[in-house]
Amino acid sequence: MTTRRTLLALLVLSALPGSAAAAQDTLEIVEPWARASLAGRNSAAYMTIVNHGREKDEFISAASPVARVVELHTHLMEGGVMRMRQVEAIEVNVGEPAVLRPGGLHVMLIDLVRDLKPGETIPLTLRFRNGGERSLEVPVRPAGATGPMGGGGHGHGHGHGMPGPRS
Amino acid sequence: MTGLQRLGIALVTAAIAGTAVWVLVPAWLGPKPAREVQLALPPGVTLGGPFRLTDETGTQVTEQSFRGRFMLVYFGFTYCPDVCPTELAKMATALDLLGERAEEVVPLLITVDPARDTPEALAQYTDLFHPRLIGLTGTEAEIAAVAKAYRAYYAKVRTGDGPTDYTIDHSAFIYLMGRRGEFVALFNPETTPEAIADAIARAIARSPRVSVAQPKGGHT
Repeated sequence: MTTRRTLLALLVLSALPGSAAAAQDTLEIVEPWARASLAGRNSAAYMTIVNHGREKDEFISAASPVARVVELHTHLMEGGVMRMRQVEAIEVNVGEPAVLRPGGLHVMLIDLVRDLKPGETIPLTLRFRNGGERSLEVPVRPAGATGPMGGGGHGHGHGHGMPGPRS
Repeated sequence: MTGLQRLGIALVTAAIAGTAVWVLVPAWLGPKPAREVQLALPPGVTLGGPFRLTDETGTQVTEQSFRGRFMLVYFGFTYCPDVCPTELAKMATALDLLGERAEEVVPLLITVDPARDTPEALAQYTDLFHPRLIGLTGTEAEIAAVAKAYRAYYAKVRTGDGPTDYTIDHSAFIYLMGRRGEFVALFNPETTPEAIADAIARAIARSPRVSVAQPKGGHT
């Protein structure tokens, strides 16, 4: 019985921090990943956000202890010129997942406090207009990765990884 | 209008920070998007030419330093979080697909952010993608000159008040240049690594290695 009570207490506790807790169930974060990069440089995190609820929501900001600044960005491709611009929010509509991927919408991790190495995970907290916060551990993929592990891109996660011996 | 005409490239000059920079505006953005991923240049238009830059070991290089081999050139910068890694990864994958033939190709990242991209910074960054990728930097004037020769566009966009609070809009083409530095092919961000590798393999087949001694100098 003690065990069950402990479990129950844990469940209650885990639900406490979320004013958002109930709403969290309606937002599903699929295949998040971030790009390996170097301290002082920038990186990007990608994911698909599915809204299982009945109301549209908006992804309004993000935070991570590995970056001094975290912003939401998109790319505009104009005549072969890539223009990166900050966006206020990313809509997460019901039945229309928000897709963050290379060359498009992404979470920009600015001024990294340390190197991000392939194979590790980094904490990332997403904030939604209605759905509150969602904290995740995001796997870091090689700098040249084109998609999440086991999917996305064309199967060429580049194998060179982080700095090795120079030839 | 023929496909060739549609594929004609409009060249626009833009005065940015007092420097005239050539802008490459391919016409595939027109109402009928062409599916070409390898672009031809209109007659009379050239790309490339002499440059003087500093490589990631701090050594001065010119276009002559890479003569005898193909150059696979990308303009980008190390603070670029998304597009540059994607394009550099494509170059790396294309080189891997080429196997031993990749030794005929020198992959180059020319920075459009010389203020922040020192040789050391470039050396660290290029290793993230491919051990043979070489970063090139230079003075603002040297970078402006090589960008103009390649008709590459770049422009600083302020993101805050601090001296380093900026990003850089830039053209995201990959250039394939021949053994004598001549223009061979231009790839846009939709080109796959496989298509790039194919184009390089064809170019190598058309232009077998010359038997003349090739310049050496740490760029192997």
